Amino acid sequence: MDLVIRNGRVVDPKRNIDAVVDVVVRDGKIAAIGNSRPAGIPEFDATGLVVAPGFFDIHVHLREPGTEEAETIATGGAAAVAGGFVAVAAMPNTKPSNDNPSITSYIVAEAKRSSPALVFPIGAVTKEQKGESLAEIGEMVEAGIVAISDDGKPVMDGRLFRRALEYARLFDLPVIQHCEDLNLSKGGVMHEGAWSTRLGLKGIPSSAEDTMISRDLILTETTGGKYHVAHLSTKRAVDMVRTAKAQGLRISAEVTPHHFTLTDAAVAEFDTNAKMNPPLRSEEDVDALRKGILDGTIDAIASDHAPHHINLKMLEFDRAPFGITGLETAVGLAFSELPLPIGRMIELFSINPQKIMRVSPWGLFEGSAAHLTVLDPNRKWKFDVALSRSKSRNSPFNGRQLKGKAVATIVNGKIVYEDRN
Amino acid sequence: MKRKDLLGIRELECHEILEILDTAESMQELSARPIKKVPTLRGKTVITLFSEASTRTRTSFEIAGKWLSADVINVVMTSSSATKGETLIDTARTLDSMSADCVVIRHPSSGAPHSIARATRARVINAGDGAHEHPTQALLDALTIRERTGTLSGLKVAIVGDIAHSRVARSNIHLLTKFGTDVWACSAPTLMPVMLNEITGENSGRLHITNSMDEALDQADVIMMLRVQFERMSESFFPSVREYFRYYGLSRERASRAKTGAIIMHPGPINRGVEIASDVADGAYSVILDQVSAGVSVRMAILYLLLGV
Repeated sequence: MDLVIRNGRVVDPKRNIDAVVDVVVRDGKIAAIGNSRPAGIPEFDATGLVVAPGFFDIHVHLREPGTEEAETIATGGAAAVAGGFVAVAAMPNTKPSNDNPSITSYIVAEAKRSSPALVFPIGAVTKEQKGESLAEIGEMVEAGIVAISDDGKPVMDGRLFRRALEYARLFDLPVIQHCEDLNLSKGGVMHEGAWSTRLGLKGIPSSAEDTMISRDLILTETTGGKYHVAHLSTKRAVDMVRTAKAQGLRISAEVTPHHFTLTDAAVAEFDTNAKMNPPLRSEEDVDALRKGILDGTIDAIASDHAPHHINLKMLEFDRAPFGITGLETAVGLAFSELPLPIGRMIELFSINPQKIMRVSPWGLFEGSAAHLTVLDPNRKWKFDVALSRSKSRNSPFNGRQLKGKAVATIVNGKIVYEDRN
Repeated sequence: MKRKDLLGIRELECHEILEILDTAESMQELSARPIKKVPTLRGKTVITLFSEASTRTRTSFEIAGKWLSADVINVVMTSSSATKGETLIDTARTLDSMSADCVVIRHPSSGAPHSIARATRARVINAGDGAHEHPTQALLDALTIRERTGTLSGLKVAIVGDIAHSRVARSNIHLLTKFGTDVWACSAPTLMPVMLNEITGENSGRLHITNSMDEALDQADVIMMLRVQFERMSESFFPSVREYFRYYGLSRERASRAKTGAIIMHPGPINRGVEIASDVADGAYSVILDQVSAGVSVRMAILYLLLGV
């Protein structure tokens, strides 16, 4: 695909670029960055817009195979590009779970066929995510996984998790943990605090996350493994990650937009769209997460896009499933809520996610695959969940006013999403 | 009453609570009549929707409705919809389509009545949701306390037992602190919910938290005991019934730490010898059966205020 993106502010902090220039794309790759304007190829006027390395959401649930009534690789991919993401990493809790190369291959093939966004599968750590024995990690790597995780079913067995960290070193593969001690959190449906007490709902204490991270950091240090913390939600967890990074451990961490935007008070009316795991936590935790983003403790913003069919979210609060959609609101929420320069924002959404997942890097350099996100940081818009590309509607941000939006998403030089007002 | 539904005490204003209590008082003489029936709610349909075992609350609502001449239909939810996979919202809409005027709901999930209320035209009364609220219990407790002590203000009320899992405790804490009464919440540390002192917001200064029953009972005007649920035992909230009674059971000797003439309350059903000794439960200062009578009056008042005017 050929394209000239004219007159945009081209920003790539990794390549030290921040200039108003044109970007020329030929055959899906970046051919030139500068003021050369070849004639006869399609143009995209980016005046007043930011042209950035394509954003990458490293924590997404696409639900295919197995729960296609909630999302498919095609609809999840469509939601991704509508949110400005050129790529997503798909968690393995499909049905059956992605614990073997045939499921991995299916996801890779189906993504190529139907998804406008690139899809990088994450494999399970253990067979069927049961936490009993290691999944076929090496064969899944050959089929295309970029990381391993049992995600919502954290590996409780310390010995097995140690083995996973050790074995994954063979492939320099990051091991992603959803940090939750399932004994401490048992039966919990929201953050344990004043609101859970007021509402009479069972709490998930912060200690469930903190004790698990604490164990994992020790195992990471002793094994020399590569460890990534999914969706940090507590103050103490942020502090522990900060300390561990200072000690030089090979760790990285992500945070979701809902965890730095909302508190447990959002549950007050028993809205099942305020139910997710880890739960929305206290004001103090939100402040700590924001601080962790600002000081670089947190490497990436990821949505934990978790679509659920409306039938399930219509259940009683304690019976409804955990999770909310997030692909289309992540960028808007980050730009609205975080006082960050554009370069830092691009690190959180693109540069660091690429590094964590060790994908072949893309960016604003000649020869790179033309995966680009074009942003209007000042665009004011309102999220309307009825217009979502996702198959599901479980967002707590319906009707929310946002400032900042991806207005075009370009994958391999092709404009796969465009919103020019 | 201006509200469509009665879902909890937390959101009520003092004048709304007093309106209910005053109306309940005026209903009380009905129970002494030879023919206990007035035509006030004739032609109104009240459906009780209970998905948790309950004899006294359901019966109390049924009597209240029938004395007011409403048609009361009892639905036990576990045996109909839930097993067929119907959602709570669908059940509510179904009852609404049968033109029910009022749905009284008891549900193990906190917030279930709130979902029903949003989905129905019918007025909804929360008869207990999870560990959240049990507003009619707190109202009947308040009526009992006011009758016995003449006031709802300036008292010391000890609430003792499994506070963590108790909707009765929460509704009573909200109600009593609103009226300027000091509430002492007392339980074992394992049965005390986190940050309880924050739940009442502006009235938090009236709520005191202790693990010592002696401290809670000291010079109390009212002792309110909570029921111990035996399933808590399997989760190791406390080691044994015997040890529970040793620290948190109401014996005659312990009761004597309260003011002379202090009243002893329990939402029932009581576990004799677990949280309360038999001689205390049956003693002169026990108002446990008065609470049951007050329950009918309070529920008549609420049905009348929601449906009758």
